Amino acid sequence: MCAVSYTGGVNNMFEVLEARKKQVFINGQDDFEVSCNKASTAGAVSQRACVFCGSRVVLYPIADAIHVIHGPIGCAAYTWDLRGSSSSGPELHRMCFSTDIRENEVIYGGEKKLYAVLCELIDKYKPNGAFVYGTCIVGLIGDDMDAVCRRVSEEKGIPVLSVHSEGFKGTKKDGYRAACDALFKLIGTDDTTPVSKDSINILGDFNLAGETWLIENYYKRMGVEVVATITGDGRIGQLRRAHRASLNVVQCSGSMIHLAEMMKEKYGIPFIRVSYFGIEDMTQALYDVAERMEDKSIVEKTRAIVQHDVPELLRKLEPYKQALQGKTAAAYVGGSFKAFSLVKALRHLGMETVVVGSQTGTKEDYDYLKSITVPGTVILDDTNPLELSKFILEKGAELLIGGVKERPIAYKMGIGFVDHNHERKEPLACYEGMLNFAQEVYTSLMSPVWKYSPARIRAAQLRDRSELFEEKENPERESDIHTKIAAAAGGQK
Amino acid sequence: MYLRHTPEKIIERHALTINAAKTCQPIGAMYAALGVHNCLPHSHGSQGCCAYHRSSLTRHYNDPIMATTSSFSEGSSVFGGMSNLNEAIKNIFTLYNPDIIAVHTTCLSEVIGDDLGQIIKNAYQEGRVPPGKVVMHTNTPSFKGSHITGFSNMVTSFVSYMTKKSGKPNGCINIIPSFIEPSDMTEIKRLLTEMGIKFIMLPDTSDVVNGPMDGKFHMFPKGGTTKEQIISMGDSSLTIGLGQIGAEAAPKLLNSKFKVPMELSDLPIGLKATDEFVNLLHEKCGIAVPETLELERGQLLDAMIDKNQYVSGRKVSIVGDPDIVLGMCQFCVENDMKVIHAVSGTPTSEAWEARLREICGPQAVVKTGERADMFYLHQLIKNERPDLLMGNTYAKGIARDEDIPLIRIGYPIYDRMGQQYMPVTGYRGGMRLFCKVLETLMDRQDRDCREEDLEFIM
Repeated sequence: MCAVSYTGGVNNMFEVLEARKKQVFINGQDDFEVSCNKASTAGAVSQRACVFCGSRVVLYPIADAIHVIHGPIGCAAYTWDLRGSSSSGPELHRMCFSTDIRENEVIYGGEKKLYAVLCELIDKYKPNGAFVYGTCIVGLIGDDMDAVCRRVSEEKGIPVLSVHSEGFKGTKKDGYRAACDALFKLIGTDDTTPVSKDSINILGDFNLAGETWLIENYYKRMGVEVVATITGDGRIGQLRRAHRASLNVVQCSGSMIHLAEMMKEKYGIPFIRVSYFGIEDMTQALYDVAERMEDKSIVEKTRAIVQHDVPELLRKLEPYKQALQGKTAAAYVGGSFKAFSLVKALRHLGMETVVVGSQTGTKEDYDYLKSITVPGTVILDDTNPLELSKFILEKGAELLIGGVKERPIAYKMGIGFVDHNHERKEPLACYEGMLNFAQEVYTSLMSPVWKYSPARIRAAQLRDRSELFEEKENPERESDIHTKIAAAAGGQK
Repeated sequence: MYLRHTPEKIIERHALTINAAKTCQPIGAMYAALGVHNCLPHSHGSQGCCAYHRSSLTRHYNDPIMATTSSFSEGSSVFGGMSNLNEAIKNIFTLYNPDIIAVHTTCLSEVIGDDLGQIIKNAYQEGRVPPGKVVMHTNTPSFKGSHITGFSNMVTSFVSYMTKKSGKPNGCINIIPSFIEPSDMTEIKRLLTEMGIKFIMLPDTSDVVNGPMDGKFHMFPKGGTTKEQIISMGDSSLTIGLGQIGAEAAPKLLNSKFKVPMELSDLPIGLKATDEFVNLLHEKCGIAVPETLELERGQLLDAMIDKNQYVSGRKVSIVGDPDIVLGMCQFCVENDMKVIHAVSGTPTSEAWEARLREICGPQAVVKTGERADMFYLHQLIKNERPDLLMGNTYAKGIARDEDIPLIRIGYPIYDRMGQQYMPVTGYRGGMRLFCKVLETLMDRQDRDCREEDLEFIM
């Protein structure tokens, strides 16, 4: 049943750990359900984080609230300005506030210090709300964060929400849940501000490099009101009236589906799952929203937008596709929805995904991944660097898409890299983002620095793998492509 | 303005830390363990700790940082983490096969009270540790000290677990640096080699976290102090700790346990401190200072004299880890610059603070430990503006808002390159540091001076 055997690979020294065999699946070869959503094997170099991390990334972009980390300094230090979630106004979220728990609090409890910290902060910064994050140690010493938050909230007259994100209480996903629970307490507390009947909330976009603004702009063009962006460029006030939108549009299903479900149950707001990444998924997202609005002219407007934007995008993508045709990629990302979109988006660039995995995918997610990838593709749940590098080598991937911990692995192996995580510098969502993505893939894969990379030199010599590391035979054609890309890039700006 | 909320008036805070100038112990322990060859750092706690430390070190070094975790669950925090650690030990040796597993605790496992010494002892007795392999641990409670403490604790634990005394001198001296860059470790090793001194440096992260691009992913890079070297440190004739705060504990232990004489010196940053280090080597090892070093020293001094007028009297604010802060202060003072603020989130001692005040002079505000954070420094700067700021990446917020040039020192540096390859220690490092300061100040002068004052010959 568990038919994972690896022979003939480049890197034979390494065997997949017995306990992990059900989390490594080769499409078209294996026949079992990918085991997932389980705690990492102790002793593995897991790329995963903790509950706290999950809560912190979700709530982080709410910019007019203070975010207080109740714990030792580390948890605050490592999540200080942790990703480029832009704000159009206040930037309180970019500060690093900590109770800096010391030995004294470990022994006598940290409630007093937390109370003092919140009061000092709220008096000084005058925020519209406050989030207090529990860390491992708080869970152990048993501080009643809820009570402290309630008291401060009453005294200061702003919502003060405790987030139960003690690190050991599960995986990052449980952290998303804790964040959703905290958000849910805010929602429904403002019933006065008028909201249009054709209105939505954007869930699960974090405004990395200003992506939420791009998405919002599309909805504006369609004639749909965005009530709350929940997290990306989020505001306390928006959240409080979010219950009056007519539809919740959920991206990054892993993090926000819990909130959408709770809002559906309490306020009867339906939700849909979308991805703004790649051409098909972006188009689908816009139509899915349009079709659920009362005003039927919205569908028409959406069609006009798609008809205008997509052909233009395809035209601009063409030179990239010519250059990248036949190249292969590996993708290892947090949420599996991102993995789906990546597989499809890469295909638009003429590239196949040969290794794909996520930290937090579900069984359904992996089934879907099986259905959209080609036979031979390796599907990984919660992988580690050795496994990842082994499959990259075996499959001859020339590009890795991932996050901060994957980047140097790719570079050391001599393959290209695109950050599809916190550290993206250009928006990758929407049609504009697809073009940026193409540009990033191209820049990384085609950079002349690879000419000096031992791996590439070796690969060029190994002509038996020539289809993987194809050198352009005709220099004229290559320079032609460079010109086209330069023109396309210029045209975009 | 990024830090628009910082008021000029220095507010009293009793509890709150804003924009910390330190981080927690375990990351220091992880970094120290990376400086041992074929050693895999292991974080005994929740997965998040390990992920954060790896991300942070990866951002700083732009190299893969390998470490494993006990992946605590709710169950482990109720019943203790013993079974997780046993499972981890088994898996790590099966999968990654390091020579050494260097376990550090986290706040979680500390508060639960896992007795790592006992768990590891049992693992040996029950045959879970393959012959010739080492499993060791250090305690790094995040609610005490800082990353510097964690670094020092891990180094000390390598000694307490592994070092032996055979009684036969190994002809080496031990060098224990504080938390510094691999480039600085390389430079200090070069100084020793130039002098013809045999040494063991623990830890040594050069060629580990600043490895070359060779087309392969190395789980265990080339560099690092070897197991044999650590074992043999009890047979060395001397231990020199470089850094009063981060490099004190291990030499002390080597002294008390194996009677290896010890000297505690400052990090060799700048001319004076490097002189002191070289003189110490000269005295203790009875070796004349070679001409090559005399030349380097002479060149540094020459540069300092040539351009002294451009740095003299300039005011500097410094934030970072204590040993580096002290080194930088010393460097500034010997170049006739005025240190007006020296801040470190890492707790030190009254004596250490007093010494720093003595180095910097009465004008300097010196603060370390609780609430000695970037917010505090920013308030100080709003009250007295320096010409130059030295600190890590996060000092950039202050630098930008106040329009003060920043030279990046310490940890973390997420936004610039070079610290891992080019040193600030030794005479050559001093030259680099001096040129960097000079260029930064001169660039400012060129940018800000009146047109009629624009100088082409500086």
